[in-house]
Amino acid sequence: MPDFRVEVRVMPRGGILDPQGQAVTHALQALGFADVHGARVGKHLVLTVEAASAGAAETRARAMCDRLLANPVTEDYQVAVVPA
Amino acid sequence: MRRVAVVVFPGSNSEIETVDAARDAGSDPYYVWHKDTDLKRADVVILPGGFSYGDYLRSGAIARFSPIMEAVAAHARAGGPLLGICNGFQILCEAGLLPGGLVRNDRLRYVSRPVRVRVEAVDTPFTNAYRRGEEITVPIAHGDGRYVADAPTLAALEAEGRVVWRYVGGNPNGSTNAIAGVCNAGHNVVGIMPHPERLNDPVLGGQDGKNVFFSLEARDATQHAGDLRAVGGHHRGM
Repeated sequence: MPDFRVEVRVMPRGGILDPQGQAVTHALQALGFADVHGARVGKHLVLTVEAASAGAAETRARAMCDRLLANPVTEDYQVAVVPA
Repeated sequence: MRRVAVVVFPGSNSEIETVDAARDAGSDPYYVWHKDTDLKRADVVILPGGFSYGDYLRSGAIARFSPIMEAVAAHARAGGPLLGICNGFQILCEAGLLPGGLVRNDRLRYVSRPVRVRVEAVDTPFTNAYRRGEEITVPIAHGDGRYVADAPTLAALEAEGRVVWRYVGGNPNGSTNAIAGVCNAGHNVVGIMPHPERLNDPVLGGQDGKNVFFSLEARDATQHAGDLRAVGGHHRGM
């Protein structure tokens, strides 16, 4: 079976204060980027997954997110399969 | 004398103080390595503070899958007393043994200092030697200590008296409702961010934390604390 490149984006859930994002916002504004009105900081994971199809790779990656990669209490995730 | 298993993960750093505090209170404490699968007939299990797995991914996220955690979960399901201190609290949340989660402090600082907390639930195996409403000083030392949970969970915690410790005189990390510790519905699983094991002797500057460990040796400490209102002749709070 082929390998697929699966990109996972994990973000702090909307509504939960993101102090890292706030600090980045303030730092950018202090550097003169006054047009920045917000930033949120999350995680980007790149997985190499062996699967029969892109859809199967995505299903597996979602199971990994539910089990380990994201905390369902505090985070949301998105999964994208991109050509290897 | 209760057998107290203190689980050691790679990156734990408070297990020695925790064992000392339990021994000082009259318990029989011992270490259990996270790769073990047997709690060795523990009456009580404690997950100590530290930085298990370097806090990689999220604090506690990887430790929760350590081999010992199946036995820890079984102990909790059977009603056994289980305490998570700081990183141990984070692990219990990640494992789903306690509700909610612990995220980055709101002011982006690692906070290491004594704080005041109010003991709000004394019907747990780890707080029955305190008086309800008693205010104590205990140290905190964490970067990810801001307790969050969804609104229905928070409402249930408050309505059911499951906020065990609450910060008073200032909220050091932005925790929702100034929550410093919670317990599960059965009140046998408790998580607290402050470190009672670091303040259990006058030589350490105070002993407000020692009653966490004395609670374990109180009469029938695993039973519901409704049975524990008078321990040693002292009123223990209703």
